[in-house]
Amino acid sequence: MAEKAAIYSLQDAVVHFGDPLRPVLQQISLRIPRGQFLTVVGPSGCGKSTLLRVLAGLQSLSGGQMERSAGPASAAAGGGSTAELRAGFVFQQPALLPWRTALQNLRLPLELGAAKSDDERLLGLLEQVGLSRADAGKRPGQLSGGMQMRLSLARALVRDPQVLLLDEPFAAVDDFLRMKLQDSVRALHDARGLTTILVTHNLQEAAYLSDRVVVLQPAPRGITADFSLERSCLSPAERRRAPEQFQFLQQLTAALFPS
Amino acid sequence: MSERSGQFSAVGKTSVVRSVSDVLVPLLVLALVLLVWQGAVWWWRISPVLLPGPGAVLTACWKIRASLLESAFRTALAALTGLSISIVLGTLTAFAFSQSALVRRAFYPYAVLLQTVPIIAIAPIVIVSLGRGFVSVATVSAILSLFPIITSTTTGLLQVDATLLDLFRLYGASRWKTLLSLRVPAALPYLISGIRIASGSSIVGAIVGEFFVGDGTPGLGSLIQRKSASLVLSELYATVGVATVLGTLVFGLITVVGERVLRRRFGMSLGGRISGPQSGG
Repeated sequence: MAEKAAIYSLQDAVVHFGDPLRPVLQQISLRIPRGQFLTVVGPSGCGKSTLLRVLAGLQSLSGGQMERSAGPASAAAGGGSTAELRAGFVFQQPALLPWRTALQNLRLPLELGAAKSDDERLLGLLEQVGLSRADAGKRPGQLSGGMQMRLSLARALVRDPQVLLLDEPFAAVDDFLRMKLQDSVRALHDARGLTTILVTHNLQEAAYLSDRVVVLQPAPRGITADFSLERSCLSPAERRRAPEQFQFLQQLTAALFPS
Repeated sequence: MSERSGQFSAVGKTSVVRSVSDVLVPLLVLALVLLVWQGAVWWWRISPVLLPGPGAVLTACWKIRASLLESAFRTALAALTGLSISIVLGTLTAFAFSQSALVRRAFYPYAVLLQTVPIIAIAPIVIVSLGRGFVSVATVSAILSLFPIITSTTTGLLQVDATLLDLFRLYGASRWKTLLSLRVPAALPYLISGIRIASGSSIVGAIVGEFFVGDGTPGLGSLIQRKSASLVLSELYATVGVATVLGTLVFGLITVVGERVLRRRFGMSLGGRISGPQSGG
């Protein structure tokens, strides 16, 4: 056994959309331990979003195996012997229901799972992602793009997931906002002990946020590099300016574009 | 730069300016047409037997106002009955269409048939099975207004954002729950714009219905028939004018009420867009 239990374990995973000769993902083997902040980077069309959809269960494998394990049940999950793996998903767009208020949008995952909603907890969640209680009654159309993204993040946390799956969630927002959202996500990851898998084509983001960065190239090449990062105790502002950041960025660039 | 950008007042202002010009500009066109019309009648001294001027038409309008009002009311009643029937039938059909591609493929051609079969061809069938009168007129109105509601609502139910469908799948939502909590509310703007288009067809349907399957009781259709037979052109024009105004009124009413309900209750607008500022991207 490895030192930490794997939440996801992919073995020779293959995904194709109808044509086995043109796979989107080919021979992907990846082990993601609990508590890791893993970022998958790669050029457009390398299958990184598909990989995330596989992990979320939205896309089934055409070949190979995937094991998902939530590990021993936590007290919060009800204390059963085998806990189910709950994953929160944040899409590239906020994907909110425009006819529902912020609070009603947060209730959706509970409604669909036929679970009781505790509005006080949901309001607390709203504050955790940087929105205020006053926003609870607003519709998405009354919120700015950044606030919509925050609401979308809060919704991913409603079912108290062990895993957070992020599909380029900051791609559509401006740089300034992106940095703030990045800090929010990393803070939530640390505070909640989440396992987070982020898909992005922003190398700086990958370098800044992750414990581990995987470089994915279009099939048949697959995973071509796998970096582990030491995270020293720095404030977000210090970390952004730290020399290690730039060194790693160079390494990452070299891995993506070998000379 | 703040995350809470104050774009709302700007949006509100432009929409007010737009709705004022939405009404004013067409009215201006109308005034211009009437002016040219009246001028032409004066200038070339056109006989009122050939073309009455707008003044004469307005006078005629006032002269037969009682009969016009009663007819418009009866026709509107038949049209609204027909429209209500087609809203119910059209929505149910759209539900069925949205749930199965097979059902859609099998029955869509027949829905198109509703739109393309000339009403004169169905008139005898309607008369044989329902007789002449209000019920038949409303039925013709329903047949003519059904198609836009079916197509528009089906499109709305099917054209749901793929990401939102993923979201519902992610949380294990049943087909039923997805229909109720996602597809139906997302289709509302489509349903309302379908009703809007259908409202015009329902009034045309009621008038044409009065031509072919009516029993001669007052109605704009039967009034047009009588006035064209009597050769009092100004009164015929007046009746046609009232029919047009009735159609425009119903169309406008549905637009205003629909837009308001969508905006206030659902945070959407008739274009299917989300109201207010959008996220970039």
